[in-house]
Amino acid sequence: MKRQGPIILAFAIGMLMLIQFFTPAAFFKEAYNTILDWKQVVLGFTFILGTWSLIRYHYIKINRKRENWQYSYVTLAGLAITVLAALIWKTAEGPYPWLFNNVQVPMQSTMFSLLAFFVASASYRAFRARTFHATLLLIAGALVMLGRVPIGSYLSGSIFGVKISLVAISDWVLNVPNAAAKRGIMIGVGLGMTATAIKIILGIEQTYLGKTD
Amino acid sequence: MAVTHDLGIWVAGILTLAIFSFLYKDNPFYRFAEHLLVGVSAGYYLVQYFFSAAYKKLWVPVFQEGHHVLLVGGILGLLMFTRLFRRTEWISRYPVAFYIAAWAGYVIPSYIQVRILQQAQDTMFNPRGMPLGEALSALILLIGVSTTLIYFYFSAEHRGPLKTLSKVGITFLMIGFGATFGYNVMGRVSLLIGRFQFLFTDWLGIVH
Repeated sequence: MKRQGPIILAFAIGMLMLIQFFTPAAFFKEAYNTILDWKQVVLGFTFILGTWSLIRYHYIKINRKRENWQYSYVTLAGLAITVLAALIWKTAEGPYPWLFNNVQVPMQSTMFSLLAFFVASASYRAFRARTFHATLLLIAGALVMLGRVPIGSYLSGSIFGVKISLVAISDWVLNVPNAAAKRGIMIGVGLGMTATAIKIILGIEQTYLGKTD
Repeated sequence: MAVTHDLGIWVAGILTLAIFSFLYKDNPFYRFAEHLLVGVSAGYYLVQYFFSAAYKKLWVPVFQEGHHVLLVGGILGLLMFTRLFRRTEWISRYPVAFYIAAWAGYVIPSYIQVRILQQAQDTMFNPRGMPLGEALSALILLIGVSTTLIYFYFSAEHRGPLKTLSKVGITFLMIGFGATFGYNVMGRVSLLIGRFQFLFTDWLGIVH
């Protein structure tokens, strides 16, 4: 019951989701859509669970006066204000979208833009032409970067009478060898995901059930 | 110079500077902004996901349209909370198993279609009637995809021709990683330029 029940449920739901792909019967299509709706509802509830976990973590941090505990009040206040703003003034207008536009979006994009500085220092370490493959990494990275800035469009020349621009080379690197590597990885990931999904439905993969009883 | 009187832009500007202050070193202003971001983001996503699921997919269909079958999703969702108590923790395996299986059943046909068949189909080419440059690029793409896949084939030891082909594969992978890295750097830099534009144009009005 504790372990076999969920495995049987997983098998039934997984098979039902798969069967609808091979049959035109309306019942299976309807069942498929209903399961997708249930899935979305379960996802919604997991967000409450996640938020509960966040509140609990900060409550314990404050209670035990762990390092930087004072800032936990900021997190809890931010969370409470955002949720209350949505409950009181609704989500379409008022403080809720204001918080999103003037607090969350600017801070999130600034946080990501900070990575420009850290990426610069990381590229110094990564882009050292010590081996053949490291040199390829360096050349491909430099070509793509130069092809994306205004100076790149001025850098062009002709070889054997054929005009070559840096932008065109950069685009070629992105669209051919880069696309080949990405496509290879994507096919590999697709095969891996499909295999894992089959293992889950057949009950071979059970790690999602947690520790054994 | 025309500094804005919009409170929202002032708040966004001050918080942007607080995040940028991390470039000097970790400090109380950065920590305040960082914790505020976590709290506001958690609240935002909770509202978005829970209300779109609980209201649009549960409350409206069940209590306003009479689709009682959707109540099952709500019961499964509620069962998730049983994991908060040690004695009932095992019950939460049911909604987890349901969610994982629904995902698995959904991804098998869609991944085979989109990530495997479609990608393999787009890699194949017919050189007949193609300009020489395009045909060469298509051939390089085919070699790149095949050798990259060979590089990730671990069921046999990479010896002889397999070793040579996997070396060609890693060459393509390195070019791919370099290009992705360069593309990411440019993305971050343009984001940084956007933030400076916000600070100097929208907030302080120094640059027009």
